[in-house]
Amino acid sequence: MAETNRNVKIAVKDLTLIFGKNKAQALDMLNKGHSKTEILEKTKCTIGVSKANFEVYEGEIFVVMGLSGSGKSTLIRCLNRLRKPTDGQVWLNGQDITKETNNELLETRRTEMSMVFQNFGLLPHRSIIENAAFGLEIRGEDKESRLAKAQKALETVGLQGYENQYPSELSGGMQQRVGLARALANDPEVLLMDEAFSALDPLIKSDMQDELLAIQEKVQKTIVFITHDLDEAIKLGDRIVIMKDGVIEQIGNAEEIMTHPASEYVEAFVEKVDRKTIITAESLMFKKPTVVQYEKDGPEVALRKMRSASLDVLPVVDKHKKFLGFVWLNDLIELTKNKTQKIDEAIKTEVHSVQKEFTVEDMLPLISGMRSPLAVVDEKDGRLEGIVSQTSIIIEATKYDKKEIKDLQEQAKELFKWTK
Amino acid sequence: MDKVIDLGKHIEQGINALESNFSFLWSAIDEGISWTVDTMNDGLLATPFWIIILLVAAFAYYLNAGTKSFTRAGFKKGVGIAGFIIFGFLLIYLMGYWKETIQTTTLVLVATLIALLLGIPIGIWTARSKWADTLIRPLLDFMQTMPAFVYLIPAIFFFSVGNTPGVIATIIFSLPPAVRLTKLGIQNVPGEVIEAGYAFGATEKQILYKIQLPLAMPSILAGVNQVILLSLSMVVIASMVGARGLGSIVYRGIQQNNVALGFESGLGIVILAIILDRITQSIGRKNK
Repeated sequence: MAETNRNVKIAVKDLTLIFGKNKAQALDMLNKGHSKTEILEKTKCTIGVSKANFEVYEGEIFVVMGLSGSGKSTLIRCLNRLRKPTDGQVWLNGQDITKETNNELLETRRTEMSMVFQNFGLLPHRSIIENAAFGLEIRGEDKESRLAKAQKALETVGLQGYENQYPSELSGGMQQRVGLARALANDPEVLLMDEAFSALDPLIKSDMQDELLAIQEKVQKTIVFITHDLDEAIKLGDRIVIMKDGVIEQIGNAEEIMTHPASEYVEAFVEKVDRKTIITAESLMFKKPTVVQYEKDGPEVALRKMRSASLDVLPVVDKHKKFLGFVWLNDLIELTKNKTQKIDEAIKTEVHSVQKEFTVEDMLPLISGMRSPLAVVDEKDGRLEGIVSQTSIIIEATKYDKKEIKDLQEQAKELFKWTK
Repeated sequence: MDKVIDLGKHIEQGINALESNFSFLWSAIDEGISWTVDTMNDGLLATPFWIIILLVAAFAYYLNAGTKSFTRAGFKKGVGIAGFIIFGFLLIYLMGYWKETIQTTTLVLVATLIALLLGIPIGIWTARSKWADTLIRPLLDFMQTMPAFVYLIPAIFFFSVGNTPGVIATIIFSLPPAVRLTKLGIQNVPGEVIEAGYAFGATEKQILYKIQLPLAMPSILAGVNQVILLSLSMVVIASMVGARGLGSIVYRGIQQNNVALGFESGLGIVILAIILDRITQSIGRKNK
C-alpha cells in the first residue's frame, strides 16, 4: 500500500473469540487447524472471531463488512473489550487492551474510544443535550463544562435547537445524530460505529453517510465502521475488511476488492454492488493501444495499423505522446482516394478525453451520442495513457455477471468482423 | 391413611425456637412498628380533618395538572381527582369513620414503606443475579399463594395482638409485586442502552443509578401501586389480629351481622383505595 508510512492507531493480532464453556480445548483445536464444524461437534463451542489480524491507520475510516453472523459486531466489541477476547491482542497506541486492568479499561473507554450503536442506545428519560453529555458525565466532568462540550458536539452534527427535546420526539436519523454527538463530545481518538446507519431509511442513510464524511473532514478521527452493506462500505471506507464466519477474507481499498476479489465469497458479494461508482477508467482501459503518430504516419500507414488491430478508429498522438484526437476508417479511405499525404483533415479533435480516476458513472454521459471510444489522458501534460471502449463502459454500467459479459464480448467481436 | 410426615410439627418447633431465641429482635421490631404507626396516627388525628383533605386534594391536583396548574387545560386535568378526594373524604367524615380511615391509612402507608424498602433492593438483586433470582422466586410464590390467615398465627405468636402483626402480615402479602416489578423493569431495559453505558466507561454503580433504575421507574412505580392496593386488601384480615381501623369495623359488622356497619366501612375502604390508586398512578405518569 502507498500509505505504509502512516501511523498505526489500532493493531489487532491473532484476535480470537470463542463462545462456549470449553474455550481452552476449542482454542487448541483452532490452533491445530481444525475446522469450525469439527470444533463445534467436539467442544460445543462456536468461533466468533478467528485469528483476525489487521491494522487501522490514524485518521482513516476502516470498514468491517460482513453479513449477520460473520463476527463483525463481535470483532468491534473486542476493540473496546465489551467482549473479552479468548486469545490475541488489541493494541491501541501501543497499549494492549486485552491486558488492561478494570480501571485502565474504564479510562480507555472514557477517553480514547467512543461507540455509536445501531439502535442508537439513547436514554429516553434524558433530554438531547443530557444524552450528548452522557459520556462526559460518566467520566465525572462538572455540569457546566460537559454541557458546553455537548452543545458544541450537537452543533457539529447539526442539531442545535433540539437540546431540550427528548429522543422519542426525534426521527431515527436525528436520534443517530445524537448518538454521534454523544461519541464526539468525549473527543475520543477512535470512533467505533456498529451498523450505525443500518436502522435508517435509505435516503436518510445516504444523508448520514455524507454527513459523516463531512464531519470526518473536520475532526479527523480514526473510525472503525461496521456494516453489512457493501455500497456503504465502499462509500465510506478508506480501506475495507471483508469477514465471513469469523474469518477475515480480504483487506484492501474498494478498488482492490472490486477488481481482485480474494475469494469466491468476496466475488459473490462484489457482483451485487453498483460497480458504476467504483470501477475507474484506469482498470477498464487498454494500456498500450495502437496509435497513429501525427508527425510520422500518413493515411496509408494509419489504414494498415487499423487493419492489423482490427479496429475502425484509432487515437492520434504527437511525438510527445500527447493526445490529439481520433481518426476513422471512412475518413482515411477518403484521404487515400485524394492521395493526400497528411492525416490532418481526418483527425476529429472534438472528442472527450478522461483521466484515470474517472468512474464508469462519470464516463457514461460522455459516450452517449458519440461513436468514439474515450481517450484516457494524463491530467498535466495530456499524454495518452490508454483507451476505454464504449462496450466495456456499458458492460460495467449494466452490471452483468462474468459469464454474460463474456458472451457480450463474443457478440461484439462477431459484429465487428462483419462490419469490417 | 396415617400421618407419615409431620411437617407442621417441625415448623411449629422451628417457630418456637425462633420466638424464644430471638425475642429481643421481635420486641425491637414490635416497638419500632408500633411507635411509627402510633406517632403517625397521633399526628394525623391532631391535624384538623379539612386541612388533610385540602392538602391531599391539592397534591393530587398538582400531580395531574403539573406546570399548567393555573391554566384552563391544567384545571381540566386535575379537577376530577381533586373533586373526588374532597367528596369521598367528606363522606367518610360525615359517616363518622374519619379516625378509622386515618388508622387504616397509617397502617397501609407504614406497611407499604417497609415493603418497598425491602422489595426494591431485593428486586434489583434478583435482576442482577441469576442465583439470587432462583433463591427468591419460590419464596415470593409462597408468600403470594399461602392463605394470608396462615401467617397471622405465627405473627401473633411473635408480636402478640395489635397493629404490628397486622403490619407484618400485610408486608408479607404485599411485598412480592414490589420485587417482581422492580426486577421486570430492570430486565426490560434495552440491552443496547446498557451496552452504551459500558462502552462509555460506566461502572456497575453508574449503570444501575444512571441507566437501569431511571428506565425501570415506570415499572417500579406500578409495583408501588400494587403494593398499596394489596395492603389495603389486607386491612380486614389484619383487623382479626387486632389491627385498628376500617378493617376492624368491617370485621365487627360481620360478627354482628350488621349490614349498615359493614357497608359503610367497606365503602370507606373502597374510597381510600381509589384515592391512593389514582395518586400513585399520577406519580407514575408524571415519571414517564
